[in-house]
Amino acid sequence: MAVYIVKRFFMMIATILIIATLTFFLMHSIPGSPFDEERTSNPTIQANLEKFYKLDQPVTVQYVHYLKSIATFDFGPSIKKPNESVNSLLARGFPISFELGMITILVAVVSGIILGTFAALRHNGIIDYMAMAFAVVGISVPNFVLATLLIQQVAVTWQWLPPATWSSPLHMILPTLALATGPMAIIARLTRASMLEVLTQDYMKMARAKGLTPFRIVVRHALRNALMPVVTIMGTMLAGILTGTFVIEKIFAIPGMGKYFVESINNRDYPVIMGSTVFYSAFLVFMLFLVDSVYGFLDPRIKLHRKDGDV
Amino acid sequence: MVQKEERLIVPDEWFRPKGKDSEEAESVVRPSLSYWKDAWHRLRKNKLAISGLIFLIVLTLFAIFGPIFSSHTVTGTDFPNQNKAPSAEHWFGTDEAGRDVFTRTWYGARISLFVGVMAALIDFFIGIIYGGISGYKGGRTDTLMMRIIEILYGLPHLLVVILLMVVMGASLTTIIIALTITGWVGMARIVRGQVLQIKNYEFVTASKSFGAKTPRIIRKNLLPNTMGPIIVQMTLTVPSAIFAEAFLSFLGLGIQTPFASWGVMANDALPVILSGYWWRLFFPAFFISMTMFAFNVLGDGMQDALDPKLRG
Amino acid sequence: MNEHQLDNANELIRNRQEDVLLAERQGESDKKQGKKRKRKVVSTEKVLTVENLHVSFTTFGGEVQALRGVSFELYKGETLAIVGESGCGKSVTANTIMGLIPQPPGKIKNGKVLFKGKNLTKLSKAGLRKIQGVDISMIFQDPMTALNPTLQIGEQLTEGYRTHHKASKADARKKAIEMLELVGIPNPQERLKQYPHQFSGGMRQRIVIAIALICEPELLIADEPTTALDVTIQAQILELFDEIQEKTGVSIILITHDLGVVAKIADRIAVMYAGKVIEIGEKREIFYTPQHPYTKGLLNSVPRLDLKEEELQPIEGTPPDLFSPPEGCPFTARCPFAMDVCDRVYPETTQISADHAVNCWLQDERAKLVFA
Repeated sequence: MAVYIVKRFFMMIATILIIATLTFFLMHSIPGSPFDEERTSNPTIQANLEKFYKLDQPVTVQYVHYLKSIATFDFGPSIKKPNESVNSLLARGFPISFELGMITILVAVVSGIILGTFAALRHNGIIDYMAMAFAVVGISVPNFVLATLLIQQVAVTWQWLPPATWSSPLHMILPTLALATGPMAIIARLTRASMLEVLTQDYMKMARAKGLTPFRIVVRHALRNALMPVVTIMGTMLAGILTGTFVIEKIFAIPGMGKYFVESINNRDYPVIMGSTVFYSAFLVFMLFLVDSVYGFLDPRIKLHRKDGDV
Repeated sequence: MVQKEERLIVPDEWFRPKGKDSEEAESVVRPSLSYWKDAWHRLRKNKLAISGLIFLIVLTLFAIFGPIFSSHTVTGTDFPNQNKAPSAEHWFGTDEAGRDVFTRTWYGARISLFVGVMAALIDFFIGIIYGGISGYKGGRTDTLMMRIIEILYGLPHLLVVILLMVVMGASLTTIIIALTITGWVGMARIVRGQVLQIKNYEFVTASKSFGAKTPRIIRKNLLPNTMGPIIVQMTLTVPSAIFAEAFLSFLGLGIQTPFASWGVMANDALPVILSGYWWRLFFPAFFISMTMFAFNVLGDGMQDALDPKLRG
Repeated sequence: MNEHQLDNANELIRNRQEDVLLAERQGESDKKQGKKRKRKVVSTEKVLTVENLHVSFTTFGGEVQALRGVSFELYKGETLAIVGESGCGKSVTANTIMGLIPQPPGKIKNGKVLFKGKNLTKLSKAGLRKIQGVDISMIFQDPMTALNPTLQIGEQLTEGYRTHHKASKADARKKAIEMLELVGIPNPQERLKQYPHQFSGGMRQRIVIAIALICEPELLIADEPTTALDVTIQAQILELFDEIQEKTGVSIILITHDLGVVAKIADRIAVMYAGKVIEIGEKREIFYTPQHPYTKGLLNSVPRLDLKEEELQPIEGTPPDLFSPPEGCPFTARCPFAMDVCDRVYPETTQISADHAVNCWLQDERAKLVFA
């Protein structure tokens, strides 16, 4: 178990390193370097850039310095806003994005698992068909389309809920719904598929032969095994939700990190784009690491990796 | 008592050895179909998958021939008929420059389908080479190649795509490059898994013992047997590429050609949707969703058809 | 070989050693007691009566008639072996008795399973649960898949006991340790906390048996309990069955296609073919004076030390399609003694002796003239 986690940890470090290196060299390969003085007419900005990127030093020194600053959670300045840096944007925007993301995951995971489990237990029944029809639609309709539809219908036509911003729980419903539907559909389908497979296993038959209650059979015996594949896709899904926040925050005018990120893309604020990408990647890879560790915890067979060899 | 009576009913002449020419002995043999025919048979029964397939065929035809039916060109503006609702003149309405949405939708279909299919094809080629070699060679080569994949798999794809698009600038070529740089990894994994599974089949050992060379074994024996899951993966790559393209358009990284992709059209419609110009968003959004839906149900259907053991 | 595989291998070796050790220990204790398997006294008290059981499954290809009128009785303390080729319905019989036939696609069309005066086919799910695992238990073929990989074996052992007896955790634990001792697993206290992958195949099957026995059932159904195991481990497990039956007086239904296993531990044998019991009787009678050509064929297809290889005769052909089973005797197409009557009418049961019955037209007076 410990070995497994350590291995995962080094993998995480390697991935972050690759991302950082990639951004660094991409940054330098942009046609007409973003560090050119014409682009940065403002002296404050130029000074910030010089300080962060060590532009007067050779590339190797720059690279090492860059890695160091990332290791200390300094993601660089902005070239469009003199007194902003990636860190200051993160400080303002990230908590909101994090909240949106977490609520979305909670909604998606809980409802997806419930939906998928019931669909599998009523295999080929009406609940199954309805749940799966919903899932296919949920996967096919992009979140930005769903978001606009929700605003148009629920907020504008029916006026049931506010159409934008993130100022109260009521405001949170539509963005969360728009963002969570896709992942929820994916989880529901995956849970159903793996549940169906688990239900045919011998140990399920054995559980039934023990005369256990249906609740115990499903929750204790089936669900834990059925959720393994769900845990493995959590990483990919987190990435999807995170990038999803970009468009959702844009459409709902939510002042999160995604909104700043899209802004920086639109006005080609390269250092912010790079810095945010590195931050996001590091965050995602870290979450992936957490998910993997949870997986190791859920599946006792992973413990085979441990070295202290008891048994 | 009943027993005795029943016994009496059986006539004595039935008690003679049965002729060997009896027909029943080997009559009922179910016709066995080949793998592909069998799969097609099962796929055909899946109405949803088949309607997805039909939708995609029709969509492709419209993407190619659709503009012919229209009297408007893709960039031709029609002042002062900006933002007009669908009518006999403009079937899907017009946009803010008075361009015909019907015509533009089919041009958008060309871009979206092209991006999706190209991404799937390139993924396929890279994946099959990488995964094939990794799985077939095995040993240290495999371990190394898989370690690389594991790390690449951990990269957040869409973020890398955004990064690449920002640096390379948005165009049809760059979007396909960006999507495939990150996309082939999944395909390579699947191919490797398939190869590993089949590698030890007897016929491979057999052809090896006849002195067949590695590339020949891969081409002749391994590939045909790994196609099922790979085709499914390709089918599912297309909608995710189409989604990615639309998503990038929303971030302002859409393809800048004379005519817009569906994603760009939808993004352009956002500011005016509250003004009631619903057709501006509806048509591109509808076709994005329907295309993704069609590819998804087709991919699912093929998965079921190719892997019958999962059927309940 | 990487470390992980090495760990696995070491573990397996360790487990193997344990198995061998156990086998030796058992052998010694047998010698000490001068134990030779004694003939059991089987009571005449019926534990289970299966009457005219018909079970079908709806599939994509149509309705499969898996059981087409299965009848037999089981007495207290005896071991009844149900033998036959795969697909003959022996496992379906076991699952029907156990109440494990999924409905749909399965359907019990006709017949009764009488246990303690109750017809199990008519019980509600909740009613069945009061019997499953308490009065009737089941052992599955593959110990590698019968245990839940994510739960500690302690939990898997005790959960049935706790559900049925409302026992406390401590009591259940005590009982579990007792059971592990009974099935011969060393250091039971420590092993309760382990997961299935930490046990060898033979050990896992012992655990499965312990789970089946923890509520002290009257009837134990073992579905191919040794098929997935090595030959040496098979012998140990069979020993264990004998020992347990002696200690607890449990009745056993043994589903198998392995006549070697049958010869070792069965008291009576039911031979099934295409969803019917075609011959049933006391073990010796079936082995030494088989009546049905299929039973004879089955016995001739088993390699034996006293037969030369040429004398081994596999039964030619395959069983009939159960989508549209023949009206007459299903074995007709493969039977060397087939007569016209066999195709048309299914033969009645003929009682050969007090404890031996067969369904075959060759028992008819008129047939004896034909093959005189």
